[in-house]
Amino acid sequence: MADMSDLVLDVKNLRTVFFTNSGLFKAVDDVSFTVRRGETLAIVGESGCGKSVTALSLLRLVPDPPGRIVGGSVTLEGTDLLTLDDAEMRAIRGNRISMIFQEPMTSLNPVMRIGHQIVEAVRLHRNMSAKEAHDLAIEMLRLVRIPEPARRAREYPHQLSGGMRQRAMIAMALACRPALLIADEPTTALDVTIQAQILALILDLQKELGTGLVLITHDLGVVAQTAQRVIVMYAGKKVEEASVEALFAAPKHPYTRGLMASIPAVPASDVAPQARLNEIPGTVPSLVRLPAGCAFAPRCKLAIKRCQEEYPPLADWGGGHLAACWRAAEVAEVA
Amino acid sequence: MFAYLVRRLFLMLVTLFGISIVIFFLLRIVPGNIVDILFAAAGYVDPADKANLEKELGIDQPLVVQYVHWIGGFLRGDFGYSYVSEKPALQEILPRIPITARLAGLALLFSASIGIPLGVISAVKQGTKLDYALRVVSLSGLSLPSFWLGLLILTASVAMFGQMPIFNPNPQTWLEAFATYAVPAAAVGFRSAALTMRITRSSMLEVLRQDYIRTARAKGASDAAVNYHHALKNAILPVITVIGIEAAFLIGGLIVTETVFNIPGVARFLVEAIRWRDYPIVQNLVMFIAVVVVFANFTVDMLYAVFDPRIRFTE
Amino acid sequence: MLVAERRMATIDYDLELKRAGANATGGWRRVLFLARRHVLGAAGLIIMTVFVFTAIFANVLARFDPLTVDAAHALARPSAAHWMGTDSFGRDVFSRIIHGARISLAVGLGSTALGGTIGVIVGLTSGYLSGWFDLVFQRVSDILQALPLLVLALVMTAALGPSLPNVIIAIAIPLIPTVARVIRANTLALREQPFVEAAKSIGMSEVRIAVRHVLPNTLAPLIVLATAQLGSTILTEASLSFLGLGIPEPYPSWGRMLSESAAEYVRTAPWLVIFPGIAISLAVFGTNLFGDALRDILDPRQRG
Repeated sequence: MADMSDLVLDVKNLRTVFFTNSGLFKAVDDVSFTVRRGETLAIVGESGCGKSVTALSLLRLVPDPPGRIVGGSVTLEGTDLLTLDDAEMRAIRGNRISMIFQEPMTSLNPVMRIGHQIVEAVRLHRNMSAKEAHDLAIEMLRLVRIPEPARRAREYPHQLSGGMRQRAMIAMALACRPALLIADEPTTALDVTIQAQILALILDLQKELGTGLVLITHDLGVVAQTAQRVIVMYAGKKVEEASVEALFAAPKHPYTRGLMASIPAVPASDVAPQARLNEIPGTVPSLVRLPAGCAFAPRCKLAIKRCQEEYPPLADWGGGHLAACWRAAEVAEVA
Repeated sequence: MFAYLVRRLFLMLVTLFGISIVIFFLLRIVPGNIVDILFAAAGYVDPADKANLEKELGIDQPLVVQYVHWIGGFLRGDFGYSYVSEKPALQEILPRIPITARLAGLALLFSASIGIPLGVISAVKQGTKLDYALRVVSLSGLSLPSFWLGLLILTASVAMFGQMPIFNPNPQTWLEAFATYAVPAAAVGFRSAALTMRITRSSMLEVLRQDYIRTARAKGASDAAVNYHHALKNAILPVITVIGIEAAFLIGGLIVTETVFNIPGVARFLVEAIRWRDYPIVQNLVMFIAVVVVFANFTVDMLYAVFDPRIRFTE
Repeated sequence: MLVAERRMATIDYDLELKRAGANATGGWRRVLFLARRHVLGAAGLIIMTVFVFTAIFANVLARFDPLTVDAAHALARPSAAHWMGTDSFGRDVFSRIIHGARISLAVGLGSTALGGTIGVIVGLTSGYLSGWFDLVFQRVSDILQALPLLVLALVMTAALGPSLPNVIIAIAIPLIPTVARVIRANTLALREQPFVEAAKSIGMSEVRIAVRHVLPNTLAPLIVLATAQLGSTILTEASLSFLGLGIPEPYPSWGRMLSESAAEYVRTAPWLVIFPGIAISLAVFGTNLFGDALRDILDPRQRG
């Protein structure tokens, strides 16, 4: 374990639910994790597994109603964000903790100039004159490698390409030098050629500024390139957590293994390249009517009777490699 | 932008041409010709007079010739001859235009200055008691016929002051002018304000769902900044576009309100012309109204292009 | 920590779920839940029901014949005999208002149904065929929509002559492009849907696809639109009749009743002004309230 003062974010037993007309929807169910200075934590899972709601919960931006954070703590630099009042929370958002969203096309205000949107983020948290904030905004645009930043600052979002917009979003998110950056599928909506550039940019800036990064993705290829540690979420729960090396070397949860088998060219040594991509049969269960036991059991080839009856505890399989599966020991052999 | 302007102008002319044809034939689907109706209304028939009038109106000529004759006259500002006042219709209409224009302007002002803020508040406070109350007010605004609202105002004024407000055709001071127009404008504007409020509310709600609103919150912006800075700027654009629709809506209100308050405006003149079966004038007045509405829509589209940064560059 | 715990401890899961409608999934439970959620809409439905019943049972409910002239009792104040007074011909205002519901309902339903049906056919055809029909439709609807509703209806009744069917036609025609535009937009969107593609690929005819697949899917917006238009048609009839160009004498149209009484009776017989106006406003308000709730329920895009 590293020094505790290095700890930027400490999430404990976070629970976020949605009250819907078909019942209680446990979007985030007892999830814990930590992020250290300069570290990248990846959260992976299929869509609907609760990873985006986890991210929004950290910023306390879950739409209420129907959503509500109902338990746990989110400690950022020693302060539990869940205890703050609204004004205190606003002082943290965009300042100590920032977020980049999936859709650069719709995440910028279409009737405001790019520069103004960054200036706003700066002046909300820094006591700066308009001129100083504007200079900083242009500096940030240069930092995210937007050519002709002074001219771009005067433009509106629709005049920029998707990649450029995402760069502007990054500039805005990092303008106040936050301790933690959350990136929710930051490259999914972009062209393949742009994706690598944006990822590289985020990582470079993270290194430069020492920011902690929570990277939310469904793409294990991205995880392998960027993260130090990974948590895998399924049906609102954390089902596995490990260092990237440990996870790719020997996944302990059948779901993780399934995710790996379903992407081409995984850098894992023991998964032999196959002619046909594997897919995980079935779909993510409705979070409203979850089975009593493991939520993955109905889709799992290894499922035994116990899996359906009892939820497996999150156990340590050595070196901080956590997995919640009754048959974790057999996963490597069976596959 | 220029190509768009030309295209838009061309479509506008096509629409106006279509309207002229619709009006022209609509007023000729009646069995018997206009002269028959005129004479039937007058209660006597003198064949010589009838033939004279038919000739004067050009009704003895083929429809196409009649149409060309009419539209040519309209374009030259020849609105026909009023049988009621025995004056050229244009002389009747021109002095009435400023009266109706003042009423309409005041009503629009009323509608925007009340409807937009209340619509925004209603959206921002969505689901609260205040929102409910405002929605009931706006729905009732859309449910009360504006002529009844006018009649109620007259009744109330009789009950309170013992007399009805009398239209003052020559107000001497600004205050007098305002007093003359404010009450009927409010009667018309109440309905428009209700419509503006509903449109503003739904536009705001739509914008508040957008991703960039979440981005603004993630920046740490306050609710006020999010609602009035980020959201309103976007929500106001669709509200501008419906001012054109409101113009058409307003004319309906003006027709009945000018009748109730006995205001000698253009809108009431249309009703009078219809009542007197003065079809040449009806035809010209409806065409005139259509031109006003179509131009209002065109102006609003241009305004939109000015306000929305996206349009300037994408065209 | 304490604040968070207090905030979290106060969550009443059952209450929150009930508020979200979790137990109200089917049948009467769902209806009751919706009625409680949309109190205003429920109120609107009640007003509409009363309105329809009044129209149907007007003969039973009215205390006097609405057309019988009784000069001896002209302009009587509201009393035990004449609840809402009498008009200048001595006719009972209450009975005329009861019978007026028939006219309003007939015009409202008649013109909405007529305009709606033609609008659906035109909209479906236009959205489905595209090409020249669509172009012509768009220009014609531009033309019809450039004229204010009341002006168009005024000119039409002036041309056709004042009678109940003519008023219905005059109000229905401006409605056609409004309905057709909504249906057309929906049809265009639906045409791209996989299930329509699928129906096409198994050789289903275009007309059959339009009627069996596209039409049912445009039903929700159509119902919402029709309810919204119902109030507007009732108001237009009232305005036309008020101006003396709608329903002819001696039929007791609410708008007509206001026209008779209009300015001259404001001073001497305010009951002639107040009661018919309340009748129009209530009927329209009821349909608007109901229409709004219906839109919230059926049109998820508008849901907040």
